[in-house]
Amino acid sequence: MNQSQTAKSMTHGEAGLAIVFAASAFLCLLAAAQALDTAFAFHASLACAASLWAAFAIVNRYYDRPAALPPKEINGRPNYNMGPVKFSAVMAMFWGIAGFAVGLLIASQLAWPALNFDLPWTSFGRLRPLHTSAVIFAFGGNVLIATSFYVVQKTCRARLAGDLAPWFVVIGYNFFILIAGTGYLLGVTQSKEYAEPEWYADLWLTIVWVAYLLVFLMTIVKRKEPHIFVANWFYLAFIVTIAVLHLGNNPALPVSVWGSKSYIAWGGVQDAMFQWWYGHNAVGFFLTAGFLAIMYYFIPKRAERPVYSCRLSIIHFWAIIFLYIWAGPHHLHYTALPDWAQTLGMTFSIMLWMPSWGGMINGMLTLSGAWDKLRTDPVLRMLVVSVAFYGMATFEGPLMSIKVVNSLSHYTDWTIGHVHSGALGWVGFVSFGALYCLFPWLWDRKGLYSLKLVNWHFWIATIGIVLYISSMWVSGILQGLMWRAYTSLGFLEYSFIESVEAMHPFYIIRAAGGALFLIGALIMAFNLWMTVYASEAEMTSPVALQPAE
Amino acid sequence: MKAILTVQNITSDFVTTFWTPIFVGIFIAIVTYALWPRNKAAFDEAARMPLREE
Repeated sequence: MNQSQTAKSMTHGEAGLAIVFAASAFLCLLAAAQALDTAFAFHASLACAASLWAAFAIVNRYYDRPAALPPKEINGRPNYNMGPVKFSAVMAMFWGIAGFAVGLLIASQLAWPALNFDLPWTSFGRLRPLHTSAVIFAFGGNVLIATSFYVVQKTCRARLAGDLAPWFVVIGYNFFILIAGTGYLLGVTQSKEYAEPEWYADLWLTIVWVAYLLVFLMTIVKRKEPHIFVANWFYLAFIVTIAVLHLGNNPALPVSVWGSKSYIAWGGVQDAMFQWWYGHNAVGFFLTAGFLAIMYYFIPKRAERPVYSCRLSIIHFWAIIFLYIWAGPHHLHYTALPDWAQTLGMTFSIMLWMPSWGGMINGMLTLSGAWDKLRTDPVLRMLVVSVAFYGMATFEGPLMSIKVVNSLSHYTDWTIGHVHSGALGWVGFVSFGALYCLFPWLWDRKGLYSLKLVNWHFWIATIGIVLYISSMWVSGILQGLMWRAYTSLGFLEYSFIESVEAMHPFYIIRAAGGALFLIGALIMAFNLWMTVYASEAEMTSPVALQPAE
Repeated sequence: MKAILTVQNITSDFVTTFWTPIFVGIFIAIVTYALWPRNKAAFDEAARMPLREE
């Protein structure tokens, strides 16, 4: 008909990637046959099956698609690529529920140890990293990938860079989660907190993460907007820093290329230093910078107000970049780490209070002139309460990094309470808020299925968080005080097991809090499901609630 | 022979020489750029970005 109807042929990317995956399938089959341990054989078989599937999927997709790749623009408007965003948004909800459920199980195990079932696969030691990785990397990671791919397209007015690359990132990342999670259950771990996956999973994540960085960067490069919106700065800092942290903390030598066990290059206190440089900056750049990016896009969007101050966002962004990287040593107070390094970590942690609150103030004041919406819109309320929790957690953190405070709080439940006020209150709520916004936008619905259910979710989860963090405060301080109590003769007043016994009621309250948080997430999943699948007539929430006059 | 990768070496090479003043200088330049009166209009425009799309 016209010249645009060219002959159909595979792109270099399609052909190359199909060949790479076919070769990888053979290699993984070989690895499975050579494997020295069953866990490695299982993972190699999984990787073999996944590679075969990927090769077939790429070829099938080629046969199904029209000759021309999707255009970058249609009638002068960007032709956004929302498929990968939908995929990771759904995966986020799935992993969130899985992660919260495992969290509830291990919280219950601490209260009732019989729930370990005397099986290696269900013991606390294996399920705990499953819980932390599922909520941080699987739930949080998918929320970050989904929102970053959405926000970068919308604020750059450009289609996501690459054709297969965005799919490679979202599916590849979730495959990493699968390998890491099943590995924990089978006892595969390099025993570094929040960096437990073994060498082969780490290598795979490196490839996926570089692809993620390239897709994100190339989309920014091709932007139609002259200014790079502040959220994209935060996303970029998150992606780049996580790459650096991952490479720095994980250089390991496998005992054999056909086995799962490896040894870390760093030894002794250097390893501890690297570990907490990694660990604390994962908090700073995964759980803070990435989710601040969500705050900077979704709160203005939902409140229909501009960001309070772009200037403040620039200053607190760079302050966070310059300061966070030094805070790690506060995890190693009173250890073999040199004293000056401990003091350095403490000092920088205290200084971090200011840029953290810069972000909180900017998020809060974005509501100027729209405060009434908090009463009528539970999604916005969730987003704003998340920022309030961010403010609380980033006040508590510097406090706990002070050495004298840390001598009481360290190794106690206070730390667990602090982490969860940040994780449930800040990361959880800002993610829920973002997903509640994203689902109707992505599936082109007028609004959520039910705002009333969002309200229920908000209150149930909030009560859950309050139960969780207050019980852990009490239990942590009690624990710390019991450990340091001396009798008049200078002996320790309590044996360790007495302090464990004293924790029992608080562990039950904590598990109850976790159960409420999980119930809230189940209500959310139902609401999102109905938003996508219910017909317009069934929608119970009015399209827009009107504020009272 | 120079010892490799001891804490003392890393710190004496980096922290005690130029990096602190360089980083402080860069940060001051960023703050100046952010607060420069002439840039205000562009920043206020950038703050409205999420509201302008579609």
